[in-house]
Order: sequence, then structure tokens, then C-alpha cells
Amino acid sequence: MNNKNLRSLFLLWLLFSGGAFAQLKIEITGFGSNQLPIAILPLKGEEALPQKVTEIVAADLYRSGLFKIVDSGGVNPLPSEPSEVQFPTWKSRGADAVVIGSVSAMPNGNWDVRFRLMDVLKQSQITGFAYQVNASQLRNTAHKIADAIYEKMTGDVGVFSTRITYVVRRGTRFELQVADADGFGAQTVLASNEPIISPSWAPDGNRIAYVSFERRKPIVYIQSLVTGQRTVAANFKGSNSAPAWSPDGRRLAVVLSKDGNSQIYLINADGSGVTRLTNTGTIDTEPNFSPDGQHLIFTSDRGGSPQIYRVAVGGGAPERLTFDGTYNVSPRYAPDGKSFVFIQRAGGRFNVAMQDFVSKQAQSLTENGIDESPSFAPNSKIILYATEVRGRGILAAVSSDGRVRQRFSAEAGDVREPAWGPLTKNP
Amino acid sequence: MMKKLLLSLAVIGFLAGCASTDTQKSADVTEGKPSVPPASTDTQKPKPPPTVATPLPPSDAKGGDPLDPLNPKSMLNQQRSVFFDYDSVVVKDEYKPLVSAHARYLVANRTQKITIEGNTDERGSREYNIALGQKRADSVRQMMVLLGVKEDQIEAVSFGEEKPRNQGHDEASFSQNRRSDIRYTGDK
Repeated sequence: MNNKNLRSLFLLWLLFSGGAFAQLKIEITGFGSNQLPIAILPLKGEEALPQKVTEIVAADLYRSGLFKIVDSGGVNPLPSEPSEVQFPTWKSRGADAVVIGSVSAMPNGNWDVRFRLMDVLKQSQITGFAYQVNASQLRNTAHKIADAIYEKMTGDVGVFSTRITYVVRRGTRFELQVADADGFGAQTVLASNEPIISPSWAPDGNRIAYVSFERRKPIVYIQSLVTGQRTVAANFKGSNSAPAWSPDGRRLAVVLSKDGNSQIYLINADGSGVTRLTNTGTIDTEPNFSPDGQHLIFTSDRGGSPQIYRVAVGGGAPERLTFDGTYNVSPRYAPDGKSFVFIQRAGGRFNVAMQDFVSKQAQSLTENGIDESPSFAPNSKIILYATEVRGRGILAAVSSDGRVRQRFSAEAGDVREPAWGPLTKNP
Repeated sequence: MMKKLLLSLAVIGFLAGCASTDTQKSADVTEGKPSVPPASTDTQKPKPPPTVATPLPPSDAKGGDPLDPLNPKSMLNQQRSVFFDYDSVVVKDEYKPLVSAHARYLVANRTQKITIEGNTDERGSREYNIALGQKRADSVRQMMVLLGVKEDQIEAVSFGEEKPRNQGHDEASFSQNRRSDIRYTGDK
């Protein structure tokens, strides 16, 4: 099956597998320069499942823009063990790697899912895992398989089994939703008739901090995704906004106006221990912790226009990081700590840019002109952001080299304020 | 007696400052055009935002107290918005009488509390716009405090770009959304 067919199939499958959940549709608008050719054979016995595992694996790898899915049709019988693989067939079809495996029902009602990633040239196994899971874990298992294949073939961590959060607006209704990274299984965390902005994942992936206007002012809440319970993290006189978690999950940086203008404070996750970090008569906002927890980058107009600065968590003189243009905002560290993304205004257009900490060179990654709220995937390779198409808010993603592009759109409403969740631990 | 006279003077100035004809109808938003601002927005001085001409409410018993902000027919009820230029947090001269009139009421009514809600247009970062809207609310708050209102009577908050009065994507709409609103505790 070639890319085009797979894409049609994938879109059809998106259309017909909606079920009870809302979801985001994903469209690929750019591909990597080097696509790794891989054949993904149906797992022996997977036709008994409501959703074929290898369809999800193939869709994940295809969507990354880094893989070319090689036609695996017409093979009979299907190999499920390394000894059964006809390597010359796959070599002639142009595949560097081939995925085989099996699915079988277990006596306790669970499923045994196993796969092997085989090197076609060396005719040997690259990796392989077996999973014993219940039916509700099959989608996630497929994402884990895709992660394992992606990691072995690209050398980077896979993020197919992670989650994203974002806000959907339909008329006057706002919903904070969490979905799988492929847009499936969207669930509403909070629904409100007032705006919700700035969701931020706790490093454990089990809590989200966000700003809600339900009490006619911005208040920072923390909500558990496990129990649904929420607590007020910051509700001081004035505005409370821009929550950012420390990497250890114990503290938050927030922006409070209680002492006069928008300044950055550190608080404990339970709302106690308020410490002022910046002290200017200007705007200091949009804090974001470095991966090692030692620094924060933030937006400040202390120099006359909004620019990105970096300050040590313990305080001290901030260092200005951006100099080009008069409007550089919304900075976010790459999880590897080597660079940061931000929104740069040039000629009245707002685009996603990335700047390296060492070379200090900034590179524009998008040219839509109306982009905002960039957020790194935990492998530092993809940046999720909000943009607009024909006046409707949608999410889009771009690879950190600017080549691979994706668009996520909901069936109705505006989607905005994305944040990519952390890596999940392997079961 | 003196206080009443001062109040009346303030109201006259306030009405003179705010009444203007509503000639500026918001233009239709052209579909399909990206909502990208013109390149020169930084330095553009937009037209003054549309203000609605308010008929002077009768000061007889039927109309209620014209200086009671909770009376829907009073000017303190009807004139609650201060508009700002693009990227500016400065209260323009034309709105100073309005702020003064509210300040005088609050000085005379120490138990009355208000919230000043700052707003921005939709361009730029949502969080930066929260901070910008906060500055607009703080500008009005600081002016009132200078006029004698106590800090504990006022809470300045920001809605940023999140609650636009006008949903359009043109300068006429934007100018209505760059605003601080005065909201009285007890308002419906």
C-alpha cells in the first residue's frame, strides 16, 4: 500500500470509528526528507480485535512524516515468527524493516499482543515485545509498539503514547479536553461558560493547572485527571495566570497582579509559600521552567517591547535572549534544554520561531501569520501550536527542523491553547 | 452641599467628555481574509473608539437618582467604559471626566466596591494580553486612588482578549475591545 492509499484509508477510518468520543482529525501537510521504508504486516489473529493494532501503528508512523509504509499486501501465509519471514521479498519491495507478530486471546479474557521488528538486510531482530492487556488498553498498546519502532529506527524517543490537552470553544461554551496524541479518545476535563486558558501539565501527567474565568477574574486551578477533583492554586486580589510547573512537580511559577502589576511568583502546588521572583514596574509573564529546574524563561516588556528573558530560579539579574523585532512572546524550553520556541511578530505576522541557546540564532518554523501558544513534544522533535484556517481555530504541529507539518481540527468549534503532555511510563 | 455641587460639576464635565454621535458602525468582516493586522499597527493612531451618545436622564423622581450607579437610568450606570489606543495603557483625556465621576461617587460611598476589568484586542499572546489588560485596569485604578478612592474599594482584574465586546476582526471592532470596564458590586 502506498502513502496515498494509506492516507485515504486512515481518513476513512477516522470518519467511521468516531464512536462515543469526540476527536481531532489529523492531516499531514509535509514530510521528512528521509523517509524510512517499513513494511507492517498484520499481526496473526488481530482480525479478531475490534480495531486492528497494526492499522494504529502504521497510522502513527505515517503521521510522523519520517516513515514510508511499504505495501504488505498479498502475503500468504502471514509470517508471525522470524523463521517464517521471506526477507528477499521485503528487500525487493524496498523495505528496510518489517514488523511481524501475533494476537491471541488469553484464558482470563485479556489479549496477548506480541511484535518483532526485523532488519531486512541483516535478517535479524532489532527489537520485540509482548504485552498482556485488556481490550481497553489495545489502542495504547499499539501506540507503545509504534514508540518502540520509532525509537529503534530514528534514535529519538517516540511520543505516540503521550497525551495532549487543549481548549475547544463552541459559541459561549468552553471545554478543556485531554486526548491521545493522535487526537483520539478526547475527554472533557472541565466545561464552562467562561473562558479557560493556559493549561499546563504536571510532570507526572496526572494533573493539569489552568486559568479559568468562571468567577469573573482569572484564577489558577489544579485539577486531577485521575479523580477529577480540583483545588485553587492561586486566587489573590487581581489577576492570577500563566501557571508553569517546576520539573519536580512541587512548585508552580504563576503570574500575579496582587502587588500592582503582572509579576512572576513561585508557589507550592497547594497554593502555599508565595515567593516573588521578579520585581519590576513592567510586565513580566509567561514563565517556563528549564528542564533542570534551575532557570525560568519569560516574557517582559522591561526593555520597552515584549522580549524573552532568562532568570535563575533563585533570583538575580535576568538575561535578555531575543533582540530581533519588537514582539517576542510565549517562550517554551525544549525538553532537551538546548533551545526554546516562542512567537515572533514580524511585519504584523505572528509565527513560531525556535532559538538555540548556544548559537543564539533564531529560525522561523511557520509562516501562517496567526500562530500562538507553542508547546514542545517531550522528545523535543515536534512543536504543537494554535493557528487559524478560514477563521477557525485549529491546532497544528511542525517538526523542529521545519519539514514535517500536521493539522488537527475538531468537527466543530475553535481549538486553541494546546499543551503536549509528558512521556508516560512503560507498563 | 459642597459635595453635591462638586458632583454636579463632575457630571457635567463627564457628559461633555463622553457624549458624541455614533457615526462609526463596525464594518463587515470580509470572510476568507486572514485576521492579520496591518504591518504598521504599532504606530497607527486609530480613530477614537465609538462612544454611544447617552440622553441625559431626567433627574426627577421617576428616573431615580442620576448619580446612583445601580440605577439603570443613571449616567454612572450607563458610562462604565474607558477605551485605549493600540498597545497603550494611558487613560486618554476624554475619559478622565468619566473616571473622576465614578471616583467621586466612591469617595462619597466608602462601603461601595468596584471591579475594574481590563480588556485587549485579539492580537498577540493570550497571556501577554492578560498582563496588558491588567495594566489598563491598573491605570484606571491608580487614577481613582489619586482621586481619593481607597484601595480596598477597588479590585483591578484582566480578561485579556478572552471576552471581546465586539467579535469582529477589524480595527473598528478592536478599538471597542481595548477597554477597561467599571463594574459595581451589586450590579446585575
